[in-house]
Amino acid sequence: MDDLGEALRAQVEEAAARRTPLAIVGGASKGFFGRQAEGALLRLDGHRGVIDYEPTELVITARSGTPLAEIEAVLAEQRQMLAFEPPHFGMTATLGGAIACGLSGPRRPYAGAARDFVLGARIVNGQGEILRFGGQVMKNVAGYDVSRLMVGALGTLGVLLEVSLKVLPQPVAEMTLSRQCAPEQALDWLARWAGQPLPLSASCFVDDRLYVRLSGTATGVEAAQRAIGGDRIEAGGSFWRSIAEHTHPFFTTDATDRILWRLAVPAATPPLSPPGRWLLDWGGAQRWLYTEASSASIREAVEQVGGHAQQFRGGDRRAEVFHPLSAPLASVHRKLKAAFDPQGILNPGRLYRDW
Amino acid sequence: MSMRAASPNAIRRIDKDELVSAFLRLLPPAAVLHEAEDLRPYESDGLTAYRQVPLIVVLPDTLEQVRKILQLCHERQAPVVARGAGTGLSGGALPLANGVLLVMARFNRILDVDPLRRTATVQPGVRNLAISQAAAPFGLYYAPDPSSQIACTIGGNVAENSGGVHCLKYGLTVHNILEIKAFTIDGELLTIGGQALDAAGYDLLALFTGSEGMLAVTVEITVKLLPKPACVQVVLAAFDEVEKAGGAVAGIIAEGIIPAGLEMMDAPAIRAAEQFVHCGYPLDAQAILLCELDGTVEEVEEQIAQVQAVLDRCGATGIRIARDEEQRLQFWKGRKGAFPAMGRLAPDYYCMDGAIPRKRLPEVLRRISALSAEYGLPVANVFHAGDGNLHPLILFDANQPGELQRTEELGGRILELCVAVGGTITGEHGVGIEKIAQMCVQFQPAELEQFFAVKRVFDPLELLNPGKAVPTLHRCAEFGAMHVHHGHTPFPDLERF
Ligand SMILES: Cc1cc2nc3c(=O)[nH]c(=O)nc-3n(C[C@H](O)[C@H](O)[C@H](O)COP(=O)(O)OP(=O)(O)OC[C@H]3O[C@@H](n4cnc5c(N)ncnc54)[C@H](O)[C@@H]3O)c2cc1C
Repeated sequence: MDDLGEALRAQVEEAAARRTPLAIVGGASKGFFGRQAEGALLRLDGHRGVIDYEPTELVITARSGTPLAEIEAVLAEQRQMLAFEPPHFGMTATLGGAIACGLSGPRRPYAGAARDFVLGARIVNGQGEILRFGGQVMKNVAGYDVSRLMVGALGTLGVLLEVSLKVLPQPVAEMTLSRQCAPEQALDWLARWAGQPLPLSASCFVDDRLYVRLSGTATGVEAAQRAIGGDRIEAGGSFWRSIAEHTHPFFTTDATDRILWRLAVPAATPPLSPPGRWLLDWGGAQRWLYTEASSASIREAVEQVGGHAQQFRGGDRRAEVFHPLSAPLASVHRKLKAAFDPQGILNPGRLYRDW
Repeated sequence: MSMRAASPNAIRRIDKDELVSAFLRLLPPAAVLHEAEDLRPYESDGLTAYRQVPLIVVLPDTLEQVRKILQLCHERQAPVVARGAGTGLSGGALPLANGVLLVMARFNRILDVDPLRRTATVQPGVRNLAISQAAAPFGLYYAPDPSSQIACTIGGNVAENSGGVHCLKYGLTVHNILEIKAFTIDGELLTIGGQALDAAGYDLLALFTGSEGMLAVTVEITVKLLPKPACVQVVLAAFDEVEKAGGAVAGIIAEGIIPAGLEMMDAPAIRAAEQFVHCGYPLDAQAILLCELDGTVEEVEEQIAQVQAVLDRCGATGIRIARDEEQRLQFWKGRKGAFPAMGRLAPDYYCMDGAIPRKRLPEVLRRISALSAEYGLPVANVFHAGDGNLHPLILFDANQPGELQRTEELGGRILELCVAVGGTITGEHGVGIEKIAQMCVQFQPAELEQFFAVKRVFDPLELLNPGKAVPTLHRCAEFGAMHVHHGHTPFPDLERF
């Protein structure tokens, strides 16, 4: 339980005075994520501890260096959870890293993303000022929503010191169903089921099989099973963990020197053309692809259907890895960066090359 | 840290005749209002205590018109206030004497409903309820349901991040939209968010939601649609103490249940509602809870039984489960009619909107009732208990000299109480002009400066809704001085966090 807030603030202030870029690191589990960037290390792993957790308020507040595993364990004792199922990508993953990367797991299309659960944050901006936005209440519209703006910003707008998250009860019952089918058939079913009041909580298509998770009350889950059919698989929990954590054979077989792409597309988009190995996640809204196709062709294919693509693992991390922004949006991003970090010292270049 | 003076744009002189003729070159005559009697209907939004006739009202109906209006205002440095239906309760759409009121109500077309993607793409002037009506044939609906949903626009909802009675389970506006298109003051069209999830770059969609018309003018919105639940049921429970009702709320959540709606009303609110709509509320109760559960038939059955057990254990003096859909709507009618019901008890009422950690509710209600006695003004409370959003309604008579001013002062102290217990001055109605002083209580100067820095990214000349939502430090200094003058710092005896 250590509060290093003031020391971290002072480090940022000094870096700003000297204009020294800082590379912000939590548990170093997601060093692969985003662009490769250099800077003096600003370590957050010592800044840890759950500050406040009241199960019946459905809110937890913790310092950013707190291990995600610790937070999940504290919640699990009260039969609660982080409903966006953040991927850890390693034992050392911290809360701050998870929020800064803004990644969400299998439950995302049905329960919401990391940003949907952020209620408030304390940050250090690029001028070494400690600022607090949002709070520990579910509804709060005082001032601009700066705490959600931090989610997925990869630390480029501020160093996260504390985050308050909405948490949810664990479902009483979960069941995973599986069946063989073609990808077109899987996408069609998923789109149709999502339009019905079914207790879906995860769905993916891999190796010619569709997997669906149901969560809710025991009777509700059983009724839904009767409605949609499929074979029940026993190790549902570890299956979905392997999808979230990329330990499923899809991600580990023959993947070493290839690039893993993450494509986000509108729900109900048919299979896309680039050749390669595909895993369809999030009811088809998130698609993983190992391919040798060029980035240009992937970006073009995904733009045609109104989506975006990110070079998730591997490849040239000095080029852009996130989807290029339109000119007006790029300009807004640069100005926002300057509004929070006028000296450009917070993780410069980690998100986009020029800032 | 620089001290900023009050926004000069809210007071700069604008040549009205010249601006009117410039607008008439862009818009048909019927879309440019400038005579006193035409402007009068726009002098206030839902917060009628504040009134200001705008300089000019424009009513565009094409995107090109909006772009040109904004470019013209930018060029002339004329301030612009956007307006949807004008149901806002914080004066966000209050016009400026030297400003243009940009009314978006004519943008009322539903552009697309896509049942497979479960989205609707609509113009900003579309009414909230109209989206659910258009989605209904597909078994879908738009979840956020403010009580004003028959009148308020989706553009206004985005600007306020509006909620409703179902947000504990289904979220606020920010959780239920995918993409917006908006013009910045210089006429640039931004597409924010996207049709796919989690757009690249910063989460500008979150930043824009709840930004109260300060950053850009929204011209198109894609919302998410949800399947209508198969089954909905409501339980009405009565309590002889507010504490017990609060305990029951915590008890239901501790059971692992997230109700679709969880509303509380205190004794004055119960009595007013019952007299007004005869909804069957127990008149001897100190508090009632309305707990709505939805899902599959099996789920709802199971959870109703669980909730009933919790309510019993927590000392409910009466529990009723709606016997049919008619009675369910009857139970809700009292809650939904609470505001107008209060309106019958006094010539005027003033609706506050604080949010607090739920566990502090009994203490907050006690302090509100002490404040109510101190000011000699009755207060009734309706409470989105699930998510801690409190709506105290202050009853007053604006025709009594000084009563409006005392009401506002009492309201301000209630909001400061919310901050003192770890909550916020506004859960869903926005800051607008109403709570601008209390922003100084909730935020430090460096935080307010950061808000201004964000504002300047989009609107460097501060022409969009100047003077709203974020107070200048100068204004906070004045407010601080006034506070000391009135002889109370807010709740010095309460622990801050
Ligand atoms: C009886 C009653 C009940 C209510 N119940 C609820 C409730 O349950 N929950 C809740 O959250 N609110 C509630 N409200 C408040 C209000 O209805 C909401 O804030 C609503 O979202 C306002 O929508 P509007 O179209 O009337 O916006 P307006 O009042 O016209 O404007 C509100 C703000 O949005 C800005 N704005 C409007 N359109 C645009 C646009 N296109 N682009 C940029 N900015 C824009 C305006 O400048 C202003 O700042 C209630 C109000 C009333 C009168």
